[in-house]
Amino acid sequence: MLDFLLQVKDFISQPWPWWLAGFMIAFIMFALMFFGKELGISANLRTMCAAEGAGKFADFFDYDWTRDGWNLMVVLGAMFGGYMTSQYFAGAEGNIAHVSAATVDSLRALGMNYEVGKVPLVPEFYTWESLFTLKGFIIIVGGGFLIGFGARYAGGCTSGHAISGLASLQLPSLIAVIGFFTGGLIMTYLIFPYLFSL
Amino acid sequence: MRFFKYIVIGFLFGMTLYKSEAVSWFRIFEMFHFQSFHMYGIIFSAVAFGIVGEQLIKRLHLHNIKGQELNVPPKAPQYKRYIFGGIIFGLGWAMAGVCPGPMFILLGAGYTVLVVFLASAMLGTFVYGLLRNKLPH
Repeated sequence: MLDFLLQVKDFISQPWPWWLAGFMIAFIMFALMFFGKELGISANLRTMCAAEGAGKFADFFDYDWTRDGWNLMVVLGAMFGGYMTSQYFAGAEGNIAHVSAATVDSLRALGMNYEVGKVPLVPEFYTWESLFTLKGFIIIVGGGFLIGFGARYAGGCTSGHAISGLASLQLPSLIAVIGFFTGGLIMTYLIFPYLFSL
Repeated sequence: MRFFKYIVIGFLFGMTLYKSEAVSWFRIFEMFHFQSFHMYGIIFSAVAFGIVGEQLIKRLHLHNIKGQELNVPPKAPQYKRYIFGGIIFGLGWAMAGVCPGPMFILLGAGYTVLVVFLASAMLGTFVYGLLRNKLPH
């Protein structure tokens, strides 16, 4: 029995192929729909603002946020999932991002000297020390602000538009996803060369 | 206990995005350089499974546990907000390499500096709430 469980653990600990992740994400979306809810992670940012009294400052936050308590439970579960997976299902190689050799070359061009097969999951600028450097501050504080502002302005993030919205064939979500990629490509090709020379 | 099922769903979401490396800044970097099919595979297959599932639900007239027709509520028929908001979100997505789901997942995985990222994302949402009536939608 224990042997079997360890085999299951090893099986889960392998890197997951894209189609399995796609299937699981669709399954999660349908599970939430079955319970009468909608997949959308960034909506929690509004809920958290409302819960901390932002309703005093803007009507947008003046609503009964407790009706969205279920969604806070989804992110609580996601945090727990992140903890358990990183601790117990990381696999033999540890927390590695299996990116392509071409990507390693592109990283080198920006001054990040990694080797193929040894690129970590999370870059070194996600540390407290890095927060107090100009580059780290821009990425962490600036990136967070853009995501929080943009997601609510666009009415959803990757989960609500790129997954749930596209799957239900909604034109607004397609426009939003085109916007996501427009912004992403501007950042990647026009801004990164300056950001990573800081 | 009525919340337990949502914690389980969130757990599966966290594990899925972690094990498929979608939480990785480097995978997002790779995606925006068009150097691997991986991230596109995740999004396209999720959408494909989603489209097939939603068509089945429609044809079979399935209902949710409240007895209502199963569907995704329609998004507001506007366009400026999706273009401007989408581009702003995309700038942040590429720079930070994390979107809101991975933000929570990585925070749980022990990258504690992401509480600053979360606080900043909440500030961004708050500023949107303040400016909402002045922004083109």
